[in-house]
Amino acid sequence: MIGIIKYQAGNLASVANALNRLNADYFVSDDPDTLNNADGIIFPGVGHAGAAMDDLRSRDLDVWLKNTKKPVLGICLGMQLLYESSEEGNSDTLGIIPGKLKKFDATKAKVPHMGWNRFEPKVDHPLIHGIDNKQFLYYVHGYYAPANEFTLATCKYIKDFCAVVAKDNFMGVQFHPEKSGAVGSLLLQNFLDIVKQASNKKSA
Amino acid sequence: MLTKRIIPCLDIKDGRTVKGVKFVGLRDAGDPVELAQRYTEEGADELVFLDITATKEKRRTLVHLVEEIAAHINIPFTVGGGIKSVDEIEEILKAGADKVSLNSAIVRDPELISRASDAFGSQAVVAAVDAKRVGDHWEVFVKGGSEATGLDALDWIKKTEHLGSGEILLTSMDRDGTKSGFDNELLKIVNETVTIPVIASGGAGTIQHCVDAVNIGNADAVLAASIFHFREIEISDLKKKMAESGIDVRLLTT
Repeated sequence: MIGIIKYQAGNLASVANALNRLNADYFVSDDPDTLNNADGIIFPGVGHAGAAMDDLRSRDLDVWLKNTKKPVLGICLGMQLLYESSEEGNSDTLGIIPGKLKKFDATKAKVPHMGWNRFEPKVDHPLIHGIDNKQFLYYVHGYYAPANEFTLATCKYIKDFCAVVAKDNFMGVQFHPEKSGAVGSLLLQNFLDIVKQASNKKSA
Repeated sequence: MLTKRIIPCLDIKDGRTVKGVKFVGLRDAGDPVELAQRYTEEGADELVFLDITATKEKRRTLVHLVEEIAAHINIPFTVGGGIKSVDEIEEILKAGADKVSLNSAIVRDPELISRASDAFGSQAVVAAVDAKRVGDHWEVFVKGGSEATGLDALDWIKKTEHLGSGEILLTSMDRDGTKSGFDNELLKIVNETVTIPVIASGGAGTIQHCVDAVNIGNADAVLAASIFHFREIEISDLKKKMAESGIDVRLLTT
């Protein structure tokens, strides 16, 4: 069972629709006690980092997220909020993954980075099984996470930045798998498989 | 490398796809959801739905249609047509659209752009600009190109970017429906003026026109309607030919 975190910055309908197409069970909630019933968490997000953090804090979801041991998949802003801070509104974010979000240099190319782009896998990980540097995923973002030791794949726009990240049970993707056609569905299915495996291990 | 996008546009009236030249002589072009699915399978990178329904039942029909599209389509899509307020934008986005396209409403009320981008992020706000050449410059028109606003198109486009729009949907009223090619001169100047993505619209008739919009006009995306509806050009052929011309496009690998 997947819990989708409901807060102001969520693109909930798109994520819910994508899970429907994969016949996955899910619920949507902003309540930590209810989210405890999920086997895995999807943390979506579009919009402004500062506003999103304010909203998470007002529901104690920031504390809950930092402490959960369940597999978590952050999408777009949801991934960005896993890092320590963002130049967007000079916001402190969750601090689960080291690093600071930077703004793309609009004197170099169009910002936001909007459209279909490829990534370059750096580390083998079940989240990106079956996806290589020939397939396209849909991105839309004006801020980026610099690549670091937790980066699984990088994408190139103006410079190389982190497209997929993982640290312990936390995973994040800068693109929108729920809007990335068949390739995006494959990534979401990979996450569902990771969740299933983690929950089987726990009950075994 | 970020790829150039191909965007089929579907005009919607009373929940059906229609196609006419400049909104005159509308022909039924089918069920929007089926057509959207076909385009997605053929390799469309995004879709735009423009609602031209005039009745007061409009909003309910449109929201229902957006929900249907979102349930079936797994690529991004934009919805436009008569959207006037933050509440209406919220309704469309919550139904599952990724972006809204705003046209006449932002000419009347430019601050709507800021209110919308503050609430939903600039990536969700597309400023649609209908431009027509008047003397030595381009002017903004509204109401399907029938009403002059007196606004200089370049000044207006700069202003929409400043107010927080995330993308420009630029239609040449001189070329729209003519199939004589995009207004590459206009595209080039606009692309030198703004730092947000620009979608070229109005005039697509051949594959070469689309290549030129990117190579000469520097467009980030190319939008067309009738050439796709009536299968004059297949999206997969178009993308293959664009790739052969050295343009980065998303080719389906499966």
